[in-house]
Amino acid sequence: MNQVPLTHILIVSAALFFIGTYGLFTRRNMITMLMSVELILNSVNINFVAFNRYLYPEALEGVFFSLFIIAIAAAEAAVAIAIIINLYRNFHSIDVEDADELKF
Amino acid sequence: MIASVVVFYILAAFILVTGLLAVTSGKIFRSAIWLLFCLTGVAGLYFWLGMEFIAAVQVVVYVGGIVVLIIFSIFLTQQTGKELPAPVRSRTLFSALAVCLGFVLTCLLLHDHTFPDTRVQGAADMGIATIGAQLLSTSEHGYVLPFEVISILLLAAMIGCIVIAIKTKPEDK
Repeated sequence: MNQVPLTHILIVSAALFFIGTYGLFTRRNMITMLMSVELILNSVNINFVAFNRYLYPEALEGVFFSLFIIAIAAAEAAVAIAIIINLYRNFHSIDVEDADELKF
Repeated sequence: MIASVVVFYILAAFILVTGLLAVTSGKIFRSAIWLLFCLTGVAGLYFWLGMEFIAAVQVVVYVGGIVVLIIFSIFLTQQTGKELPAPVRSRTLFSALAVCLGFVLTCLLLHDHTFPDTRVQGAADMGIATIGAQLLSTSEHGYVLPFEVISILLLAAMIGCIVIAIKTKPEDK
């Protein structure tokens, strides 16, 4: 593991973050936007774990931050999907461009 | 070249290629399957880093939970065989430009920064027992308060999902 410099792992996670950002910019379907958000959260997790492993190998803080991020991502995905299903019931579409009313 | 170095670069290429396919694929179900592969690759990266517990949590929560939830919601809301409408050309162009610029900027910053070189071999015990003991300890470095807060958050999210997604009768509207 130590033959790979920390910078290369950080470049991978930065690339994953920007792939997720690209998806968030270009997609207009809510489920695919949610997938992009999951990619972004994963790239952050990779950063936390890599920093913990390389810079502070005696601590466990990065592990806990990753665990909490995963738990919050699960809660966020569940709430987002509930909102998407409710939106589909009202607009019969999950395209963000179609959801242009605040109240109906 | 040592085997673990090769494994890292294979994992990195796998994660990036499947991630890119997940955000560019034209069919939404294929996109979800590419996302599944990408998240599995990230779990493999955690294994490679020696964090077995995080890798297991990643597989259980993301691959087993979130992707299955996403696929269920695709089935509930879409005709899965249909192509997604392609994004507007100018939007694709400018987002790609912005993303590339951001990535280059990040790489330049990473290139200029030097991290302190503390490569201690196997200093920490990353076993599940150690993680669990520190997670629930009430001492100075314990994480019992965030643990309790996040359990409340999960309960609130669960109830919130039920309230949002519940079907109201037509006469109530």
